[in-house]
Amino acid sequence: MSGPVPQQIPPALTARAAGLVACESCGRVHRDGIAQCQRCGAALHSRRPGSLQKVWAWLFAGIVVYIPANIYPMLLTTSFGRTTENTIIGGVIELIDYGSFGVALIVFVASVLIPVGKFIAIGYLALVVRPGARIGRGSGLRGRQHLYEVVEFIGRWSMIDVFVVAILAALVQLDFAATISPGIAAVSFSLSVAFTMLAAQSFDPRLIWDAEEGTAP
Amino acid sequence: MFDASDPTRARAGSGSPPTLDPDRLIACPNCDALQHDAAVPVGAQARCHRCGTVLMAPRERAMTRIVMLAATALVLMVAAVFFPFLELSAGGMVRRSSLLDAVLAFSSGMMLPLTFATAALIIVLPTLRLAGIVYALAPMALGWHPARHAVPVFRLTQALRPWAMAEIFIVGVSVALVKVAGLAKLSFGPAFWTFAALVLVTVLSDNYMCRLTVWKTLEERRRP
Repeated sequence: MSGPVPQQIPPALTARAAGLVACESCGRVHRDGIAQCQRCGAALHSRRPGSLQKVWAWLFAGIVVYIPANIYPMLLTTSFGRTTENTIIGGVIELIDYGSFGVALIVFVASVLIPVGKFIAIGYLALVVRPGARIGRGSGLRGRQHLYEVVEFIGRWSMIDVFVVAILAALVQLDFAATISPGIAAVSFSLSVAFTMLAAQSFDPRLIWDAEEGTAP
Repeated sequence: MFDASDPTRARAGSGSPPTLDPDRLIACPNCDALQHDAAVPVGAQARCHRCGTVLMAPRERAMTRIVMLAATALVLMVAAVFFPFLELSAGGMVRRSSLLDAVLAFSSGMMLPLTFATAALIIVLPTLRLAGIVYALAPMALGWHPARHAVPVFRLTQALRPWAMAEIFIVGVSVALVKVAGLAKLSFGPAFWTFAALVLVTVLSDNYMCRLTVWKTLEERRRP
């Protein structure tokens, strides 16, 4: 193995190096060649087949549908015969105009910072763990592990804005005075969240540690 | 808290990979490092000796507590769905809407897929997950053999976890309240508080849940 072992993490014997297969769902260890975990019934893979391909596919799908989510209106408000359209950013600006800075910040973080941060984080992880990657090999493993955990935990919180639209559209049906209905961006935004969640779930975290092992396939 | 021990440490120096007994080992699901499958005392935590992930953290009477809390959340869910959630009044008109109305808001034309998605994320999947937890773990809490198909059911509840978004919905409600404030007067219905309680109870139940311990218990209690 080249390079210093970072942060005093002892090089460990992995299940794969020992010729065993570990179950990702329950931790049980099996001899190689068994297809299904005997404890929990999950499919057994030493490393998930095609993990990175799936990550890239879902990630690109997520980015593609995130574009219309920002261009088209998320919310259509009809008040006294006049219809105003609000995009995601428009909704944030409106909240700032009301003086609700805290809530504006929540929506901005959930709908812009988290999705964009997720695109970058997943792309970065998929780049650095690919076989033969030169970037920071064997260093910052714990940092990447934490990045992966944060991405997995935080991604679903982007759905806040979609739920806001759902509640507003259900509540504000006051005939002439005001009516709120959802725009097409609500659909593409929820798809974007779902696709990036699938991208994060397709990622096999064990790939992060294979770099240290120096035996990435 | 203690580190799960490294099975290689005792055998350090031997050139060839040692022959290991898979039944006495567990592997970290995050980094694949092997560790001895030692019994973890109640209240302690076993962490992976390489990446630090918490592997096992058994809690006292965890099964009973998880099942009780999940059952409570199920009852709360029924109330939360059917009672009025929010009440909006503007210009002499009052509009009550339940959780079901919020879900059906997208029901026109192109928005139909969003209706299914919202219904699934805030009602169907959380309910399914809670019911699955009660089904798979209630016999464990009582000290019986696992129910039929408990293993696939528990695996399903694990897979559903990221997709059950009740807690995110509550935050969405709070944001919506602020947005509507200028337009009309809003008040909470009983279902709002029920739903908030449901979120709290679900979080508590998940807190007691230790995946690896549950799987081991399910395997040990399996019908011979």
